[in-house]
Amino acid sequence: MTPSAIELPVTAEDRRIARLAALALGLTLAEAAIPSPLPGIKPGLANIVILIVLLQYGWRAAAWVSGLRVLAGGLLLGTLFAPGFWLSAAGACASLGVLAVARYLPGRHFGPVSLSVLAAFAHIGGQLALAAAWLLPGIAIFKLLPVFAAAALVFGTVNGIVVTRLLANPALAAPASDRRQSGPCPTH
Amino acid sequence: MMLKGGDYGVLAGGVAAVAALAWWSWFAPTTAADTALIRAAGKVVHSVPLTRAQTLVVPGPLGVTRIEIAPGRARVQADPSPRQLCVRQGWLARAGEAALCLPNQVSLELRGRTTPYDTLGY
Repeated sequence: MTPSAIELPVTAEDRRIARLAALALGLTLAEAAIPSPLPGIKPGLANIVILIVLLQYGWRAAAWVSGLRVLAGGLLLGTLFAPGFWLSAAGACASLGVLAVARYLPGRHFGPVSLSVLAAFAHIGGQLALAAAWLLPGIAIFKLLPVFAAAALVFGTVNGIVVTRLLANPALAAPASDRRQSGPCPTH
Repeated sequence: MMLKGGDYGVLAGGVAAVAALAWWSWFAPTTAADTALIRAAGKVVHSVPLTRAQTLVVPGPLGVTRIEIAPGRARVQADPSPRQLCVRQGWLARAGEAALCLPNQVSLELRGRTTPYDTLGY
């Protein structure tokens, strides 16, 4: 007699989100290994994935990928529910909030670079707001504000250009999504 | 084409935001003064907090300079200098501001706290 197995139905979208979240997670982990002169100044490579997801699959999918990335990143880096995790979550939430509005910018005039720069500013803004309110309730952090903002501008621009280049690639631009699908999950 | 028109606008806005933040956090003289430093012939003769109103009389080679202190600000009220430059500067309220009465060798300089806390403990 076999124990009854609980089977959760998995849709193609679930797989896609899982795959993209894994991609974003990989970039997060790779980035964590890069030394940085200031904690908090990072290229934010995972945002490349988030932006591509946003532009191809919509905001909801981007929010899922971003949330999973933060959660799994916390698990893998050992910072789950530690201050770094909450900073990351605050940045991701602020970034998604701005993207929820910014994605309605007319595409004729605003490309991925605009979205990327706005999201980068929101990301660091959310992190610093939480840090200022919770971790460092002083004014020391404001002396570094321009440094963080400049980093957001530079990395946001670079990431936006990367997204533009990747989306110009026809193999990526047409989401033939589940071509490389494999694994034991039953398809139905 | 990598960048569209609006992208340049966003980038320009970003540069402006960074510049404004840099000015605001690094260069803007935002500290309010809390102490008046008064020198005569290069030596500090008074160092008074800007808490209560009072008038100080400082002697110099030409006569006396009267300095008026008020809560949060200070000014040179009267001075024997011929051009009255330091008197016409009016009230000073920010840290780093100064009124120099060179002929009478009297100066009024405002100082602010360098840090908002004496000490911090976590």
